[in-house]
Formats: sequence, C-alpha cells, structure tokens
Amino acid sequence: MAEGKVDPVHQFTIENLFGTDHWAIGGFNIAFTNSALWMLITAVVLVLFVGGGAKRQLVPGRWQMAVEGFVGFVDNLLKSNIGPAGRKYLPYIFSLFMFILFANLLGLLPLALVGLHPFTATSHFTVTGVLAVMSFAIVLIVGFSKHGLHFFSLFVPHGTPLPMVPIIFPIELISFMVRPFSLGLRLFVAMMAGHVLLEVLSGFVISGTNAGALTFGIAALPSFLLMIGICALELLVAGIQAYVFALLTCVYLNDAENLH
Amino acid sequence: MPQIAQLATTYSSQVFWLLVCFGLVFFVVGLGLLPKVTTTVDQRDKQIADDLAAAEAARAAADAEEEAWRVAANKQRADAQTLIATAKAEAAKATDAALAAASARVDETVAAAEARIGAARTAALGEIEGVAAEAAQDIVSRIAGLSVSAEQAHGAVKGVLAHG
Repeated sequence: MAEGKVDPVHQFTIENLFGTDHWAIGGFNIAFTNSALWMLITAVVLVLFVGGGAKRQLVPGRWQMAVEGFVGFVDNLLKSNIGPAGRKYLPYIFSLFMFILFANLLGLLPLALVGLHPFTATSHFTVTGVLAVMSFAIVLIVGFSKHGLHFFSLFVPHGTPLPMVPIIFPIELISFMVRPFSLGLRLFVAMMAGHVLLEVLSGFVISGTNAGALTFGIAALPSFLLMIGICALELLVAGIQAYVFALLTCVYLNDAENLH
Repeated sequence: MPQIAQLATTYSSQVFWLLVCFGLVFFVVGLGLLPKVTTTVDQRDKQIADDLAAAEAARAAADAEEEAWRVAANKQRADAQTLIATAKAEAAKATDAALAAASARVDETVAAAEARIGAARTAALGEIEGVAAEAAQDIVSRIAGLSVSAEQAHGAVKGVLAHG
C-alpha cells in the first residue's frame, strides 16, 4: 500500500489470531480470527449488559430500566406481528436483535484512536448468512411442524382464481426462497457500505491534508464534516438494520405461525 | 473484497465461531437471563394492575359508603323535622290549653275581684251615706240648732248624692 493511500476494504480482512490457524474440526478450519474475537466480545458484552439488568427489582434502576426497555421493545415487536403466540420466540428474537445490534455498534467504536482495530462481524455475509439461514430454518420448522404439508398453501394467496394457481405458486415460492438471501445480504451490505464510505472519506481527509492547504480546504475539511454526519447516520443504521432483521424474522415467523 | 477473497479459507471458522458466540448468547441471555427480566416485568405489571384494581374497588366502596351516609343523613334529617313539627304542634296545643286555663283562672279571679269591689263600693257608699247623714245631722244641730231626725238627714243626703 502506497504512502497516504487507504484501502477501504482492508478493514474487512480476516486475520488469524494467537497462532490458532491450524485449529480444525473434521478437516474444517476453525481458526480463532479477529472476527471470532469480536463476536466473542459482542457475546460477552451482551451477557454483561443483560446480566447487569436482570436484577428483579420492583422499582428498576437505570440499568434494569434499559434492559427491560429492550426486552419490552422486542416483546412488542413479536406481539404486534405474531400476536400472543409470539411470546415463545422472544428468547430467539431478543438474542438475534441484541447480538446484531451490539455487533454493529461495537464495530463502530472509534477504538483506532487507542491503536485497536474494531471488526464488524456483521459486515461478512458468512456471518449474516448463517443468521438468516437460522431464522429461515426456524420458519420452515415451525411452518411444517404446525401445518404439515398445508404450509404450502402459503404460496397460494387467498382468493387466487384456480387458473392462476400454476403461475402464482412458482412466483410465491421463489419470493419465499429468496428471503434468507435478502435477509442476510441486506445487513451485510448496509454494514459494509457504511464502513467503506467512512474509510473512503477518511482517505480523502488524509490525502487532501497531505497535498496542501488548497486541497485541505476544498476536499479534506468538507469530507471530515461529512464524516461526522455519516458517523451519526451509521449509528442509526446499526440500530435500524438490527431492527429490520428482527422485524422481518417476526414477519416470516408470523407466516408460519398464523398461516392465512 | 476480503469477504469473497477469503471465503474459501475462512467460511468454516466464521460459521463455527458465530454458532459458538450466538449459541452462548442464546442460551445464557435468551434462555437464562431473559426469563428473569420478563417475569420481573410481568410481576410489576401485575402488581400495578392489582393496585389499580384495589384502588378502584376502594373508591367504589367509598362512593357506596358516602351514598349510604347521605341516605341515612337525609332520613335522619326528615325524622328530625317530623319530630320537631310534632313537638311544636304539641307544645302549641299545651300552650293553648295552659293559656286557656290561665285566662279562665284570671277571668274568674277578675270577676271575683270585681264582685268584691262592687260589694265594697256599695258598702262604702252606704257607709258614706250614713256618715254624711250623721255629719249633716250634727252640722244642722250645731249651726241651726235644729234637731233633725235621722230619716230626714238620710233623705237629704241621698238627694244630694243622687244629684252629684
């Protein structure tokens, strides 16, 4: 990499840590990478956050209030999308929402100021894809165990004229099968795009500042101001994408739970 | 793009560690800690609902109590009014009777007194006549040296008294 040049996608590079690159199970490499480290940090922070708030006090403190707020938020999400039957999915949806939210937010921390490099696990489709497949698998398991083969009637909307069924059915089936891809890719793309944008703009700031006062004024300074705004936007996106992932999982679960 | 460039070498590690970490989150947070939070919230909601219901019941009871008190108070007031009215009527009747008896007694006394006065006056008049007749007899005998009889003197006095 040349002096002053910034590679905007270098931040997504996975590196093996602690010399674990030879770890394997059944021939599959399971090296402990920076991605794994940040997923583990996410999990530990999440456990500490929820553990600190699960105090069972009748009059909650601030921390307990925050945790109960998140739980109530996800609970309402399930209630409004699935109804009272949605309560049993609360552990999964809450874990999913909080894990994605914390992973997104931890990846945005400005730890580079102290020499650490935060890694956003949700900017890898290998990670978001597994989460999406998990949600999709739960939808399939619930749908088929609850409704059996009748679950296929999901692909024939109410009031479809009989001659249209052969055409509607494949369309609905394809739109159904695309769900895990759209679910996983949406999160991955949103997180990667934001991080790339921030990296590109920071490249402008560095190159513009190095190239002299004029480029500092017309390129570096505006880019820096834009970065501040985009950082705020990224915080918003981190929350929204976690919400969208959880919301769509709820919507899909509703299809399986309350077949039309 | 490392996501694609490193896909072949890292996918198994990514999937494995995601499952480990998400599994940790799901079992510790989702199944372990979350029920504590939800039961706490549910308990609090239930307590609030119970307290509200209790307050509502207490308010209804207080309203009923107040209504009963008002009815009782109205009844007692009406009773008191009738009591007062009868007492007034009885008192008026008793007063009338007492007054009638008293006035009858007074009338009687007055009549008796008037009769006594009339008798006294008649007696006094008779005495005055006698005294005047004796005085006239005495005066005549001293001044005129005449001896007038008692009947004559009486007749003269009577005539003078009658003419005033």
